[in-house]
Amino acid sequence: VDLTLSPQEEAFRDELRSWLDANHPGPEPEGDESGFEFRRAWQRKLHGDHWAGVSWPKEYGGRGATLVEQAIFNEELARSRAPSPANVLGLAMGGPTVIAHGSEEQRRRYLEPILSAEEIWCQGFSEPGSGSDLASLKTRAVRHGDEWVVTGQKVWTTLAHQSKWCMLVARSDPDAPKHQGLTYFLMDMDQPGVQVRPLVQITGEAEFNELFLEEARIPHGNIVGGEGNGWAVAITTLMHERATLAFGLQVQVKIALGELMEKARTTRANGKMASEDAVVRDRLAQLYIESEVLRLNAYRGLSAIMKHGVPGPEGSLGKWQWAEVNQALTELAQDIAGPRAMLRSDDWTYRFLRARANSIEGGTTEILKNIVAERVLGLPRMR
Amino acid sequence: MNFDLTDDQRAIQRTAKEFLADRYKPEEIRRLATSDDDRGFTDEQWSAIAELGWPGLVVPEEHGGLGLGTIELVVLQEQLGYALAPTPYLSTVAAGLLIAAAGSDDQRARWLPPLASGEARGTVAVWDEDAGWSPMPSMTDPRGTKIGVPDAAAADVLVVAGADGRHWLAEPGAATVTPTPGIDTTRRLSTVELDGGDEMPGGPELDRAYQRIATAVAAESVGIAQRTMEMAVQYAKEREQFGRPIGAYQAVSHACAQMLLETEGARSATYYAAWALDNEPESTGPLAASMAKAYATDAGWRVAASSLQVHGGIGFTWEHDLHFFLKRAEANRRAWGDPRWHRERVADLAGI
Repeated sequence: VDLTLSPQEEAFRDELRSWLDANHPGPEPEGDESGFEFRRAWQRKLHGDHWAGVSWPKEYGGRGATLVEQAIFNEELARSRAPSPANVLGLAMGGPTVIAHGSEEQRRRYLEPILSAEEIWCQGFSEPGSGSDLASLKTRAVRHGDEWVVTGQKVWTTLAHQSKWCMLVARSDPDAPKHQGLTYFLMDMDQPGVQVRPLVQITGEAEFNELFLEEARIPHGNIVGGEGNGWAVAITTLMHERATLAFGLQVQVKIALGELMEKARTTRANGKMASEDAVVRDRLAQLYIESEVLRLNAYRGLSAIMKHGVPGPEGSLGKWQWAEVNQALTELAQDIAGPRAMLRSDDWTYRFLRARANSIEGGTTEILKNIVAERVLGLPRMR
Repeated sequence: MNFDLTDDQRAIQRTAKEFLADRYKPEEIRRLATSDDDRGFTDEQWSAIAELGWPGLVVPEEHGGLGLGTIELVVLQEQLGYALAPTPYLSTVAAGLLIAAAGSDDQRARWLPPLASGEARGTVAVWDEDAGWSPMPSMTDPRGTKIGVPDAAAADVLVVAGADGRHWLAEPGAATVTPTPGIDTTRRLSTVELDGGDEMPGGPELDRAYQRIATAVAAESVGIAQRTMEMAVQYAKEREQFGRPIGAYQAVSHACAQMLLETEGARSATYYAAWALDNEPESTGPLAASMAKAYATDAGWRVAASSLQVHGGIGFTWEHDLHFFLKRAEANRRAWGDPRWHRERVADLAGI
């Protein structure tokens, strides 16, 4: 056990820190459109100094960073409160999937514009009838010569209206068993068969979209990983989502906890500060411990990946635990606010509502528990 | 940045696992836990542990120990918890840590070599008769009553904790040791009436000694959580109701997944605390130790309790072994500062 950074890791962190000091763009402007352009400019700046795609191999324009360096990168960006790059799904999921499963021609075509944020990517997996049971999806792809014609509906599509490319999983063989009849396509969003409608969520904003596909066209050459192999390719995308986002998330939780501690120290209740209340102190301390456990589990997961090549059991627990901690944090913030919690007077009431999605998005807690029970503990399948 | 054990640490882990599985089979633990003997272990068992060099693990080399770190202690303690070995090992280590940290040169020379070799055994008397939730004692001289003193009936030396960080050494001849029934009979407790002792001068390492003890207890609870989780998972695979294994029901399988979440979290917190106490004792060590003691001993209890629920009626019977683990888990939660007290320490140290 050695939890200090190696000299190379320390050098990586110091280089990144001084780069961030010199190049941090400041807080993001209000408004969806200006916010997006701000993040696009930020990504160009990152890319200019080879900080976009840190995990990607050097031959495809990345930095070829080790797992620990990637973790440091995500931690430092979150800690400095830098905005996320505009093409977050392309960088974290699309690019790694093309690198793992794409042809050399596809790598040359798609990777560079992902890094430069010239082409934004979105993800067309979930459907209204297929959430947790993703492999039951119904969007149909029918081959006509060199083209596939796609009809169906996708939901929870972040950045759809900004995107050039959609990572689309569709049913290409309706007669095959459900996991085998799927194909992974790269779909051009800029065509008449693709309609994007914003999906308004309980916070009142529209982070996500619905995607209506009516005979959308995709060239045969835009298949990634081979016809009928879509499930395996999709799993690669999802694994990258959980592995790389974990480090940013645990730092965000730490930042939020620091803000909550400050709120407890400055909110007067029952004649004293909330932070002096024994119950509030106990709950804050428990959240402090759990957020540390989240961070330590993430690092233990990395040690296991470096040693065994695959994530250890503790890695699959992170997303589940993050959701619980973040929800508990926002609930404590409401308790501290008292009757003011009824008002939408500060950011905490927004976060309280937004956190409801944490145990659903990116794999529901129930599905994650099934995965842990069946694949880690070896309990019998329920089906 | 690496959470992996070194080869040497792994060797300690493997030796401990094999030795304990061989010597402390469930029927032997049951025999010891239910015996009329006030000590709850045999001389032969203690000699075997002494031969392995374990009592001297963290005793400084100049006093005949191995001078190893908290990580090595935690590796061993996790296995002792997993096996639920009834042994005065932790009590002896705790006494040694406090004597090394707070004893005079003479006291160290007198007690550390025999404690390291296993020729002598020790324990620590912490809790006053009128103790509240805090583990901090109020005794101002080495006279009066201490409760819940572990392994006192087998100890050759007692470290007595007093108010304001004062400590005394007492030998059993200067005290009346009365074995007292505890809920956890795999670690025997006594009430001790003290009648004098030699004051220890104290030292800058005293707080860290307590933090290392708390972390060692946390590690024991990690082992208990691991073992009771394995018992639940095994049972959920075998036990059938309504025509299928109960582990196929999500109400049961999700409870088992929760056990893994808490067991792994407890392990992360505990190994981190051990590392911090060895490498950053001034800065992160104290906070990390309290985090580990609070989280891991809570997890030990919750996982054992949930395991009992998964076992259903059989888990509530005396005949099943689960209750021995459950009881140690609860005793570990209460000893050396309970989870709520350690969370208050976390609140203080984290600036809440």
